[in-house]
Amino acid sequence: MKDVKTPPSAEGRGDTVSRRSLLGAALAAVTLAPGITLYAGPAAAAADGAKRWGLLIDTTRCDSGCSACVTACGAEHGWSDAGRARPDQAPQWVRKVDVRDPATGRTASLPIMCQHCAKPPCVDVCPTGASFKRADGIVLVDRHICIGCRYCMMACPYKARSFVHEPVTGQRPGSPRGMGTVEACNLCVTRVDAGGRPVCVDACAGAGRSAILFGDLDDPGSAISRRIREVAPARIRDDLRLDTGVYYQGI
Amino acid sequence: MARTKTAFATLDSRSSRFVRIAGLLAAVAAAGGAAALYMEHEGHVVTGMNNQIVWGLPHVFAIFLIVAASGALNVASIASVFGRTVYKPLAPLSGLLAAALLAGGLAVLVLDLGRPDRLTVAMTHFNFRSIFAWNVLLYSGFFAIVGVYLWTMLDRRMNRWTSAAGTGAFVWRLVLTTGTGSIFGFLVARETYHSAVMAPLFIAMSLSFGTAAFTLVVSALYRIEGRPLGDAVLGRLARLQAIFVAAVLYFVVIQHLTVAYTARGGALEAYLLGGPYAPMFWFVQILAGTVAPLVLLLRPEFNRDRRNRLLAAGLVLLGGLAQVYVIVIGGQAWPLELFPGREVTSAAFDGTLGSYDPTPAEFLLGIGGVAVSLLIVAVACAALRFLPESLADAAVDPHHARADA
Repeated sequence: MKDVKTPPSAEGRGDTVSRRSLLGAALAAVTLAPGITLYAGPAAAAADGAKRWGLLIDTTRCDSGCSACVTACGAEHGWSDAGRARPDQAPQWVRKVDVRDPATGRTASLPIMCQHCAKPPCVDVCPTGASFKRADGIVLVDRHICIGCRYCMMACPYKARSFVHEPVTGQRPGSPRGMGTVEACNLCVTRVDAGGRPVCVDACAGAGRSAILFGDLDDPGSAISRRIREVAPARIRDDLRLDTGVYYQGI
Repeated sequence: MARTKTAFATLDSRSSRFVRIAGLLAAVAAAGGAAALYMEHEGHVVTGMNNQIVWGLPHVFAIFLIVAASGALNVASIASVFGRTVYKPLAPLSGLLAAALLAGGLAVLVLDLGRPDRLTVAMTHFNFRSIFAWNVLLYSGFFAIVGVYLWTMLDRRMNRWTSAAGTGAFVWRLVLTTGTGSIFGFLVARETYHSAVMAPLFIAMSLSFGTAAFTLVVSALYRIEGRPLGDAVLGRLARLQAIFVAAVLYFVVIQHLTVAYTARGGALEAYLLGGPYAPMFWFVQILAGTVAPLVLLLRPEFNRDRRNRLLAAGLVLLGGLAQVYVIVIGGQAWPLELFPGREVTSAAFDGTLGSYDPTPAEFLLGIGGVAVSLLIVAVACAALRFLPESLADAAVDPHHARADA
């Protein structure tokens, strides 16, 4: 069974919200027969175009031996469930990378996930428009129209996307997945829409590091914006001018 | 003109030789279809592809066939656009082969999708910023324009439109191959691909592969029924072939020099010329697919023998397949550079060369596409009068006839 079962509203596009919310209101609880509900998901919240969600990762607090963010992400979205895929075929929504400067010997460890670019190459190259960016800057894959061509994986400078190589079991609500389609970090869009934070942020804090800060990059008064002004972090491959939404301090 | 009287005839589909060949091609195509079903059912977990080498052997075959397709139209273009009437009798076959190669290539491409069942989605949802979406339109348009072109050639009442349709098809094929090359050339993040030279390189490759494919296919078709096939046409094609092989070599050299010139390109160039894909580059693409054909086609002691010309065409195709493999697989295996100048390690293969071991299923899908192309040609030649009854020198070249007289 490859079709995703989660209602599309879970990753609703900001630009179709009015239609969706209308549908949601009309169909919120149409019960066809006892136990069979036509549509029971909550009406999608509007992706707010006035916000730009992003992350600031303090690599000086990130430890090479810690992968709490990776583990939490896998559990939250169900991509780490063991299958028969080889390690190089296994999904990797977020990965820990160790970087060493051979000139100085300085090392840093950091998580790399979808960088939620303002100008995402994956969205540009996607033939069907399955790769898309919400109004609030979150870059997602619409699993209903992804044909599995993998061109977005060729175009992504960050190797942030994975192809689902085998049948999917144990899908999590809010994290639609399907064999033959491409997936990546969705910035825990369902949590964010419900007013929460991505699970990696909580996991990092839970591991006693608090290296990941989440917030609205477009709000000059937000904690993340203030910290970015203060510490002048870098962005990976900033030379490509993709205006990524993930910042790294200390690299 | 007397030569417009060329007589065309269908292949006899009941001859045992035709049945054997068509049966073999159908069997290989069916095996490719079975491989695709297997991959579709199990997922790409049963292939050598992974999250770094995302396009594998099926893409190599698909791109090879699609590139060859536009080049196979050469003969028709030379006849209709550049007015070289000696090629005119073979122009319909040239159009047919072009469409057939494209169909085979696209079949492989579509069946290697993660969700081939969503082909209709690809046909109905267009993101016009995507060069891939543009290619969907370019491929569809190619079938349409070549179809019209064939109609103007095969239907006597439409003959006066042949030149216009041929010119349209010629321009379209140049745009199409530009689009195929730009699938790679536009990838800003991959230093193995991001280059404007990809478009002209692919055009040169198409001219070379397409001419080689045409040479072999026309020779095979004429052998089936033992129809006369002189040297007037194939001799000219052999000279063109040599020029096209040299043109491909030129763009390959330019591509490597551009990389090698920069300080940061040194490691990449060392990888391209000395890494795991270097033997395929040096021995198959350059030695067997470039140097050997040039010697066979240009040295007078070799190029008068028709078998050497056919051997050269075969080597061009072998070298071409290796070239596409080196571009597609070798290009992806080179790691993305996230932190220029730094050493990078991770559990997800950052900073390491990607590895790819194709599985038999992938090979079957790819070779199945080749069989589909050839089967289309064989069946079409049996159904419609694509082939001149004779391609003896006197029949195609009046000068040759006069010389004989």
